[in-house]
Amino acid sequence: MAFATSRAEASKGGFRLSMLIYDTRFRAITLQVVALILFLLFIGWLTDNVIRNLDAKGKDINFGFLWVRAGYDIEQTLIPYTNDDNHGRAVIIGLLNTLVVAFFGCILATVVGVIVGVLRLSNNWLISRLMTIYVEIFRNVPLLLWILLVFVVISETMPAPADFKITPAILESRAALAGLEAQAGGNGLWMRIATLKLGSLPFILWLLAFIGITVAAWQFASARFQGAKAALIAAIPALIWVIMALTVFSPSLSGGPAADAQLAEIGATEPAASKFFFDSIAVTNRGTNIPAPLLDRPLGGTEFAGVPVNFSVLAVIAVLIVSLLANRAVVKRAKSIQESTGNRPTTWYISLVILFLPLILLLLALGLHWEVPGFPVNDQGVSTGFNLRGGIQVMHSFTALLIALALYTSAFIAEIVRAGIQAIPRGQSEAAAALGLRPGRTMRLVVLPQALRVIIPPLISQYLNLTKNTSLGIAVSYLDLRGTLGGITLNQTGRELEAMLLMMLIYLTISLIISMGMNAFNAAVKLKER
Amino acid sequence: MSQTQKIMEVSGDTAIEIRKMNKWYGQFHVLRDIDLTVMRGERIVICGPSGSGKSTMIRCINRLEEHQSGDIIVDGTELTNDLKNIDKVRSEVGMVFQHFNLFPHLTILENCTLAPIWVRKIPKKQAEETAMHFLTKVKIPDQAHKYPGQLSGGQQQRVAIARSLCMRPRIMLFDEPTSALDPEMIKEVLDTMIELAEEGMTMLCVTHEMGFAQAVANRVVFMDQGQIVEQNAPKEFFSNPQSERTKLFLSQILGH
Repeated sequence: MAFATSRAEASKGGFRLSMLIYDTRFRAITLQVVALILFLLFIGWLTDNVIRNLDAKGKDINFGFLWVRAGYDIEQTLIPYTNDDNHGRAVIIGLLNTLVVAFFGCILATVVGVIVGVLRLSNNWLISRLMTIYVEIFRNVPLLLWILLVFVVISETMPAPADFKITPAILESRAALAGLEAQAGGNGLWMRIATLKLGSLPFILWLLAFIGITVAAWQFASARFQGAKAALIAAIPALIWVIMALTVFSPSLSGGPAADAQLAEIGATEPAASKFFFDSIAVTNRGTNIPAPLLDRPLGGTEFAGVPVNFSVLAVIAVLIVSLLANRAVVKRAKSIQESTGNRPTTWYISLVILFLPLILLLLALGLHWEVPGFPVNDQGVSTGFNLRGGIQVMHSFTALLIALALYTSAFIAEIVRAGIQAIPRGQSEAAAALGLRPGRTMRLVVLPQALRVIIPPLISQYLNLTKNTSLGIAVSYLDLRGTLGGITLNQTGRELEAMLLMMLIYLTISLIISMGMNAFNAAVKLKER
Repeated sequence: MSQTQKIMEVSGDTAIEIRKMNKWYGQFHVLRDIDLTVMRGERIVICGPSGSGKSTMIRCINRLEEHQSGDIIVDGTELTNDLKNIDKVRSEVGMVFQHFNLFPHLTILENCTLAPIWVRKIPKKQAEETAMHFLTKVKIPDQAHKYPGQLSGGQQQRVAIARSLCMRPRIMLFDEPTSALDPEMIKEVLDTMIELAEEGMTMLCVTHEMGFAQAVANRVVFMDQGQIVEQNAPKEFFSNPQSERTKLFLSQILGH
């Protein structure tokens, strides 16, 4: 309406030059043209300045250095690299190191962040306060300090590789203990029960946990089942806890056949340090040794443009994709059955089989086994050598960067998740409850679809932040893109402008790709209101 | 008015029985010794000043609020901590809220079919037919594929009523259903509620619409400070209030 009127008036008066500033139709265009001219002038001045200064120094712009021998080592590489390779390949190694930290960092940060964010809304006073403390601690201390702190802690407090060795003294102690046990009639189940240290702190803690678990299980079961069924279901966790006491916790709960004084006399029967996770992961002051997957019957591989292509890995990926597609078909079928009959068939076990069985069969066919890191042992059972052998050694710089980035970012993600859930009015879950929907369904069908709309845009920013913050890895000498292209390569070749431009371009590209992917996801889940 | 005659018929069995019910928010005693029996087919209007506990009381009936002592028995099922009982009661009792509480990410039709599909396990097609039936009844079948944000307040409240009806409840609770509406929209919602009443639905309605109370209610319950002060047939209640508190309240809301 207003547009039509002004148009009529303009045609009445004809065009005057002052209209470029005072007429709403031309004003916007005029301002944009002025801004564009100023911007181009500024860019022109910058470029001119750069060319003049490079000229004065006798330099040109040339990316040829990327094909020159790099000559420096990189400790952690995902694809083969030696110091005879060129700078270009070193840059790619750095880029891959950046991406691997960013990838695992984002996953870890999301998992921790979502858990902390949801728990912070818990009705349990202690849990919600603990989560508040977690968030405040991690987001209020600079990230660089966290990276350094984690690095220092894991490299200073972890045992030396030699602490994992089995020495002749340990073997003697073991023999002595076995003798004692044989005298007392072994360390069987009855012995463990008979020697339970009833007054000790570990036992009291175990007992308190037992009472807590049993009461919680009873409350859970009695609300859902009746009579004997409820009692039976409530008894399961208690039974598991008792079995744990006699097996896993036995060393700290039971005294065993030997008295404490005798044990002290015998000496240590285990090395000073032990590996985690079923005796497979060794964290030393030099790095973390994890098991390496090995194949008995690999499918071979080839090299494509200097990048090794492993057919076994491709086969695993292909099987995973097919399984995912098959699972989607199953879910779709369940949905259509629900739509026609009202009853949704139980599919979780079918999904489980479809998702895991083909993968397990493939890995069995390929002959997967794990090479666990450890010391070589001579025929007496004594460890030899100076360092753990086998497996993959993960640098502490990587671990520190990953943990610090993930925990720091998770604090922000936790706040985003909390805000997203709190943004949904209570009335929504009340209405769902009044309709008879259980809390789990309410969360999945009513609250989450709306909360995601609030959560995703700031989540994109956090992923971008984490990815760019990987460049702080320089503080712990982690050779990522910043460390190779923006560090050693730049220093060796003296091509600051080219290196910086290239680095900016690469970070920009990564950020844009993440942003695009997440925006597509956002478009898929966003609230269609109008 | 033969319609009115029909409305007044109330069957013999009890729909809701509340005995000596008490509720506290921390130290604050919200509901004191509530005793209320609702017969099947009865329509009860609950009124009282704000903060008197009217909403809290009807929210206790489908366990949106927990009561700390006394008994609430809905359709023969006692409300305890037992989840199965709560589920059973909630699937029998529909509720309409002051602020509609429609699900903004679902269409009107999906709003109406969500609970029948996931709670009652009704085939989608059948659930949609039921939903269209009730949407026609509240006179907005043509809006079925729009989102709640595209509807006016009155339309949204009528959808909320249809959404509750799709679960085929035997009892309906209304928590100030017209308080958030413009005057001309109040009428369309009240008309829908009157129609529902004429079909014999058991209704508990918290409202300040005294015209509605006079036209539809079998009984008016007046609450103040967490207690039921007075309850009577609407004619008696309005023409001959017993307590001073009721007289004051009525003079305030009917005075202008």
